[in-house]
Amino acid sequence: MFRFIIRRLLFGILVLWLVTTTVFCLLHISPTPVEKMIAGPRASAATVALIRHNLGLDRPFLVQYWSFLKDTFTGDLGYSYVTQAKVSSIIADRLPATLWLVLGAAVLWFVGGITTGVLSATKARSLLDRTSTGFVLLGLSIPPFLMALLLPFLFIHEIGITWFQTGQYVSPFEDPTLFLQRMILPWLALAFLIVATYTRLTRGSMMDVLGEDYIRTARAKGLSERRVIYRHGLRAALTPIVTQFGVDIGALIGSTIVTEKVFGLQGIGQLVYNSIVKGDTPVILGVTLLTALFVVVANLIVDIGYSFLDPRVRVD
Amino acid sequence: MSLLEVTDLKVSFNTSDGVVQAVRGMTFSIDRGKTLGIVGESGSGKSVSTQTLMGLTPGAKVSGQALFEGQDLLSMTPDQLRRIRGPQISMIFQDPLSSLHPLYKVGWQIVEMIRAHEPNVSKADARKRAVELLGMVGIPQPDRRVDDYPHQFSGGMRQRAMIAMALALNPKLIIADEPTTALDATVQAQILDLMLRLQREFDTALIMITHDLGVIADLADDVLVMYAGKPVEQTDRRSLYYRSHHPYSAGLLRSIPSGAGGRGGRLIPIPGQPPSLISPPSGCSFHPRCPYVMDTCRVDEPPLREVAAGHGSACWLPKDALGLGPEAEQLRESAVAEGRTEVGA
Repeated sequence: MFRFIIRRLLFGILVLWLVTTTVFCLLHISPTPVEKMIAGPRASAATVALIRHNLGLDRPFLVQYWSFLKDTFTGDLGYSYVTQAKVSSIIADRLPATLWLVLGAAVLWFVGGITTGVLSATKARSLLDRTSTGFVLLGLSIPPFLMALLLPFLFIHEIGITWFQTGQYVSPFEDPTLFLQRMILPWLALAFLIVATYTRLTRGSMMDVLGEDYIRTARAKGLSERRVIYRHGLRAALTPIVTQFGVDIGALIGSTIVTEKVFGLQGIGQLVYNSIVKGDTPVILGVTLLTALFVVVANLIVDIGYSFLDPRVRVD
Repeated sequence: MSLLEVTDLKVSFNTSDGVVQAVRGMTFSIDRGKTLGIVGESGSGKSVSTQTLMGLTPGAKVSGQALFEGQDLLSMTPDQLRRIRGPQISMIFQDPLSSLHPLYKVGWQIVEMIRAHEPNVSKADARKRAVELLGMVGIPQPDRRVDDYPHQFSGGMRQRAMIAMALALNPKLIIADEPTTALDATVQAQILDLMLRLQREFDTALIMITHDLGVIADLADDVLVMYAGKPVEQTDRRSLYYRSHHPYSAGLLRSIPSGAGGRGGRLIPIPGQPPSLISPPSGCSFHPRCPYVMDTCRVDEPPLREVAAGHGSACWLPKDALGLGPEAEQLRESAVAEGRTEVGA
């Protein structure tokens, strides 16, 4: 088990290195040099050269790359070209909003997806199954921006629940009520886009499992139907779902741009958007690294968690 | 009163291809402590019939009566039937690897069954009983193996664990559905011996479902041969082996290696395929494969009638054409040649 984790960790580091190197190279072949963007269109050649020098961009490519790698390894992600602030503190500032957004939505879509999935698997072709299949289709087909626009309109303007708010992220430790007021709609919007996948995944997995011989055994043992479905069926059906769940959460950090933008949450997604528009290379690199880190860590957790979920793949 | 009395059991399923008549009228009974062998090819309705009795065939259309200690299993509510499953009637299935839950420890699965029906038993006591049971079915170091997962057991050990589970609540009847088919030949004999020993020890009635006449040769008191969802021959074990009447039973006997077909002789397979249960053949459903087929067989369905005391057979051949011997063979051949059936005789 220990060797397995070490191997996965080393592999994860390799992935991170490849990701950052790729992004670093891509940004260096960008058509508008960054020093020109900072200096503005009417700056003199001397100013541009000075900025270029200050940013260390006049050094040879490999030297830049090496110092970038060394700094990254020690946790120093450099300074923003635009605000001159430390990239690590910019990210640390923005991360909570995105983390709360993703985690809250994740709970909703996980619980919602599994509940509807199990119900439609055990009552296949019933009205409930058909209704949830319809919702699944709706969730899959609505574009994220529309969903994010639709929910506040529906809940606040049409239904008139004025308790809900839209606005900037507030830490739950400062004002828990306001936090909920502002986060519930973004959670719903994000979860509704993804819950469909989990309903389908759960339904399929459950229907496979419920046809297994050990489910017949569980019934032959005289267990209650609820125990057969949840303790025996869902327990076995859960493995692929949890795997997907880990990967999805990891991948979602850094790709919630639309939801954040529409709801005005100052998270990582917005940060990425602004940085790309302004050509703020160090921040883009920092966020990319962070996103890759989350994906790698999520995969690692899934791999390790898998061996706890399924004793057959347990590595000794 | 018999322990279980099944009368005219019929089971059918609606499918997109049509109505599958899986069981088309089955009558049998089994007494306490006795063993009934149900034999037939796959698709003959032998598994469906017993699983239907236990309420394990959702979506099936069922008619008939199945009195277990005087109570009709087929008219029970799902919850009443659930209380029967385990403490009264338990089951052993064909493939022990897929029949045990892969994600739970073997002991846990036995404990779960005990506590589902006896909620007052503590976890520790139930576990103790699980260890005892595993020891009884011959699993070495049961106090350690109780915490193993099914994949850590060998095939034979898994089936032993299934047997332990089936015995956990001391049921009056065990239904074993091809319990040795998925096992190695050497292990098969061990498992059969074990089942026989425990059956005597616990005084349990046993229904042994198999496609292999060899399996029930020294196990069953009575044998029921199924074909296309119907019993075609029903008798005690000795009569079936030495004085079988139905050509299908005879075909099964001839296809046992080194069995009644003669030592060292060739195995004689039954030609053809089992019939479709959506549209079974007219008359006797075995007639397309029968070597003694007569005109009557294609039109009239033979009833299960007594050919000797306590020996029923659903075949138009003369009653005294019993067994695989040359005399019986001559009787059969002359009957076919003259087109003579019992109806006219």
